[in-house]
Amino acid sequence: MTFDEVKQKAASRWSGFQTPKRPRILLGAGTCGRAAGASDIAQLIRAAAEAGSVDADLYEVGCLGLCYAEPLVEVAHPGGPSILYSGIAPEDAEAFIADCIVGGKMRTDAALAVMSDEGLDGVPPFRELPMLEGQVRITLRNCGRIDPTDIDHYIARGGYSALSKALQMDRDNVVGEVKDSGLRGRGGAGFPTGLKWEFCAKAPSSEKYLICNADEGDPGAFMDRSVLESDPHSVLEGMCIAAYAIAASRGYIYVRAEYPLAIERLTLGIRKMHEYGLLGDNILGSGFSFDIKIQEGAGAFVCGEETALMASIEGRRGMPRTRPPFPAERGLFGKPTNINNVETLAAVPEIIARGSGWYSQFGTEKSKGTKTFALAGKVLRTGLIEVPLGTTLDKIVFGIGGGIPEGKEFKAVQTGGPSGGCLPAQFLDSPVDYETLAQAGSIMGSGGMIVMDEDTCIVDIARYFTEFTKEESCGQCAPCRLGTTQMLQILTDISAGRGQPGDIELLQEVAESVKAASLCGLGQTAPNPVITAIRYFRDELDAHIAERRCPARVCTQLLTYRIDPEKCTGCTACARVCPTGAAHGEPKQPHVIDQDKCISCGACAEKCRFDAIVVE
Amino acid sequence: MKPKNSHRPKSALSIGESRPSSSQSLLPEELHSRLQQVFQCFTGNRTELIPVLQSVQQALGYLPLAALRSVAQFTRVPASTVYGVVTFYSQFYLSPQGKHKIKVCQGTACHVRGGKAIMDAISRRLGVPPGGTTDDLKFSLERVACFGSCALAPVVVINDRVYCRMTPDKAVKTIERLE
Repeated sequence: MTFDEVKQKAASRWSGFQTPKRPRILLGAGTCGRAAGASDIAQLIRAAAEAGSVDADLYEVGCLGLCYAEPLVEVAHPGGPSILYSGIAPEDAEAFIADCIVGGKMRTDAALAVMSDEGLDGVPPFRELPMLEGQVRITLRNCGRIDPTDIDHYIARGGYSALSKALQMDRDNVVGEVKDSGLRGRGGAGFPTGLKWEFCAKAPSSEKYLICNADEGDPGAFMDRSVLESDPHSVLEGMCIAAYAIAASRGYIYVRAEYPLAIERLTLGIRKMHEYGLLGDNILGSGFSFDIKIQEGAGAFVCGEETALMASIEGRRGMPRTRPPFPAERGLFGKPTNINNVETLAAVPEIIARGSGWYSQFGTEKSKGTKTFALAGKVLRTGLIEVPLGTTLDKIVFGIGGGIPEGKEFKAVQTGGPSGGCLPAQFLDSPVDYETLAQAGSIMGSGGMIVMDEDTCIVDIARYFTEFTKEESCGQCAPCRLGTTQMLQILTDISAGRGQPGDIELLQEVAESVKAASLCGLGQTAPNPVITAIRYFRDELDAHIAERRCPARVCTQLLTYRIDPEKCTGCTACARVCPTGAAHGEPKQPHVIDQDKCISCGACAEKCRFDAIVVE
Repeated sequence: MKPKNSHRPKSALSIGESRPSSSQSLLPEELHSRLQQVFQCFTGNRTELIPVLQSVQQALGYLPLAALRSVAQFTRVPASTVYGVVTFYSQFYLSPQGKHKIKVCQGTACHVRGGKAIMDAISRRLGVPPGGTTDDLKFSLERVACFGSCALAPVVVINDRVYCRMTPDKAVKTIERLE
């Protein structure tokens, strides 16, 4: 089959999908959606179909990004619009199937949006949802819209046309196009992608490698997982284009083993590409040959660092090495190698297809294009978003995210995971771009964005990240190995009420040494959470040290639990849940907590239905 | 401020008498034949070391020392290097794991939404610290940095099934139902 024939076949299958002859159900079945109940709904629908009570086509699609509203089910009847339903509870699922799928009715109570330009019966069109306002979906263009296991869906939406176009271009022009687009590495550091390609393209060698870094290790980040699960071909096509540009003949995708569904989708995707002649020898008759292998990670955060990742593919301990030589000169197996992140590669097909000028219209002067963020934490609408770079934090947290739940106060937003920092309210008006975040002491990072409210303790967060980097430090260079351990020790003391005057200055000094002297990115950025905590939340650190007080009431060792006898009904719930027997009393009599036995685990406060546990 | 008691577990889940069969009890010949089955899928190149170890662990449940020696021979890598690789990556186990694998996410979003309280509650209920396995080999408890299901935090993964929006109470009840 020629590529034109492939496209024709794909287009006709896509039009059948778009104008279904019987009810069409799209189920948001990424890892999140499945966990939120999509698996159970799918099972029910399949069982009903087998029993003959449902006659419909069921597709498990990826993530629309509205994670807060999961599980998401989209139902379209022949000739009608597709309605997106949210939050179908397991006990409601059978009634939902009967009403909306079999009965063909629209349930306005559960309908979130209409997947067309016009609303219906007071249900808004999808693009007018508050969470979509200000979003520009380039990387996420197909997520949730296509069946990720069907390559034809991807092709019908313009997929692999960019590869076909690139293969007819001069390699230099492909590199030039990406350079002109202003695309920068979306893995965190923000190095210009086109320049990276150019270095590798110019390296003299008959054997070169291309690696896709899908070792998304930052806690709080799930952009890459969603893209790989929802639209694997966008990444695979980006890899092929990159490989052509630098003349690499072999490629690797290094995926973390915690992402089984992503691995499954990629494996299937690669097989389909071979069937269609989009991978392997003589791709699309161009004479260019390229193949991709999946390498599963084995659980080491530091392998997100490019030299450590290559060591891991070579079968060694994933320890970073000094650069230069950069991977573009001497990389995997000693050959010139180009490594790009998932999101970077997923943007490439659109840049080639639509041109660098189109892409660079989005974003700011130095940070072009769009960036996906995983919005989570204490925010109303959690999910996966994509905005032009330069969008303000305020617009992301309060516009798209809908602000803080339960009327609590905004405290900070954490960007860049363990390599970034907590930015307080004064930065809400700042644009999100590489330079602004770096100036504020944080980093763009891979795109995790965790919102924190008044109940979040900054000492606890700094301690949390430092514990993470200390655990994940590979241990070969002393500043990182010893420095993170020392910072953790000081922070642990502060959170346990053992802080001393001078601790903050000492912490600052250690942090600066670790930043300056560590070998790789892990160590160089590990102190950022600590440095920003000191810079923006010094009062809170002082309260822990001078007053032995945790203002957010998080550091358990600074808290005392007691029972308000006025409110206690003697229901015995606290006594039953207390792991040390500290909470005790006679049934129907007010209970008390024995302070000598109490370990401040908070189990009683969680169990008490009468709000009788006082935390101080 | 008050003095804190040390962490005292109240009770462990009831412990079954019979130990589940583990590859620890494998005879050398059985081990050999199982390893040969795994090795058949590989060429024995040094660069295959990590995928080989992953497949061996999948077949045996963990990586007994005898298996590591065979892997070293097969990939022509010194046994000490194999051991170095195994101990570097957190997903390789040198001891038998529990029948039910409980992984509690300690990612940032889970942390700010109470992931630690969930870990503490499960740890108390099972009577093992994070990283431990109950004596009856029924449960292994593990902390995982992030599952990437942050929007549904806090998350617990039990035998590869993701449970979202957990509370300490819900988590413990879910585990008790596995009995």
